[in-house]
Amino acid sequence: MARRYDSRTTIFSPEGKLYQIEYAMEAISHAGTVLGLLAKDGVVLAAEKKVTGKLLDLSATKEGGYGGSGEKIFLLSSNVIGGLAGLTADANSVVNYARTAAQQHLLAYNEEIPVELLAQRLCDMKQGYTQFGGLRPFGVSLLYAGYDPHYQFQLYRSDPSGNYSGWKATCIGANNGTAQSLLKQEYKDDIEVKDAIGLALRTMSKTMDSTTLGSEKLEFAVLTLDPVTKQPKAKIYRPAEIDALLEKEGLAKKDEDTEMKAA
Amino acid sequence: MAETSFGITGKGYVIIASDTTSARSIIKMKTDEDKIKTLSPHLLMSYSGEPGDTVQFAEYVERNIRLYQIRNLYALRPSAAASWIRRALATSLRTRKAYAVNLLVGGYDTASHDPHLYWIDYFGTMTEVPFAAHGYGAYFALSLLDRYHDPEATLEEGLATLKRCINEVAQRLVIDPGKYKVKVVDKDGIREVEV
Repeated sequence: MARRYDSRTTIFSPEGKLYQIEYAMEAISHAGTVLGLLAKDGVVLAAEKKVTGKLLDLSATKEGGYGGSGEKIFLLSSNVIGGLAGLTADANSVVNYARTAAQQHLLAYNEEIPVELLAQRLCDMKQGYTQFGGLRPFGVSLLYAGYDPHYQFQLYRSDPSGNYSGWKATCIGANNGTAQSLLKQEYKDDIEVKDAIGLALRTMSKTMDSTTLGSEKLEFAVLTLDPVTKQPKAKIYRPAEIDALLEKEGLAKKDEDTEMKAA
Repeated sequence: MAETSFGITGKGYVIIASDTTSARSIIKMKTDEDKIKTLSPHLLMSYSGEPGDTVQFAEYVERNIRLYQIRNLYALRPSAAASWIRRALATSLRTRKAYAVNLLVGGYDTASHDPHLYWIDYFGTMTEVPFAAHGYGAYFALSLLDRYHDPEATLEEGLATLKRCINEVAQRLVIDPGKYKVKVVDKDGIREVEV
């Protein structure tokens, strides 16, 4: 019965549902987890990488660029980091749109785009794909971790329908329910970045399917204010830096070979 | 060019003053013209230049700044608004019939809690300045402002400095610009003051 309504994008079912939107959200709930935490002095993003393997060429992600591996976490503007869950190909298109929107604002107003405005720009576009025929919605949910002088540090989440909302801590992608209930228990209103980093990593290690965390499965980013210039400073961690961070937080994977030698 | 306008920043405020004469050729048509627009709760803009262009351009700016505020819940910050206005003028300059308008944009930034003043001419030049003037009055007032301007001055001291400028122009310029309209913007918003 549903087939009569879901083969075209923008038709309501008799129950009042837009099936394509629900399917897009379903697709995202199987994608790699992306988690965001708003702290007093910054915002933290952590993401689970899905495309992994011994044969994957990671040489480009070790150096160059803004850091990260280019799968989940991207710099959208110098004051906003985006974490994307869903279809990677759609995500690339969304990232490109976001960067263009951010630069257009910079050109017109000579200021960095306010975080909520960037979220609005993207959601206006995403909403358009729920209304016009012959198109499918973007299979992407986003987290926006950003700073602007109006509301300081902010964390927003948007979904394929074009809805967006602001959060203190939230999660998109696989197991987002588990992660969010964990965050609800652990989150404190006056949390600082250094503690938020630990909380983000611990939550990720509990929600991810794999037992051990490592840079090959994880992307990580932090947005803070530069202590000298007072301008937002986005840091997307490189693989080596992620491993160092995990080591510091005591979540690093144990080297099995060394254990074997010891035994 | 007989039109004269001043802008002065002080501790937490910007004063914008403009003469109130509306002239055509050698004839005074009106002596109570308000040439300072309120663009948003914390933003003022004085305009002078080619008659017709001035009001047309000022209203275009006014409506667009208002539209941004309606769409986005909060107003543009002074620096962002001034940048947008400058671009509008610069775009117009490359058309067949460019707006010939000189502007002073003054506002109080409610995000960073400080006053800002921008001097913009009809070529689309923009500079952020502690004090500014347009028109023939600028030739007399800028040296005075250079001597007496104090970024930490109270509103009373700022208004006294403005008074000096107005008096000097009245005394030395061939044509006295006459009465002035003076508006102040600070953390509480915009108000008109008498000098």
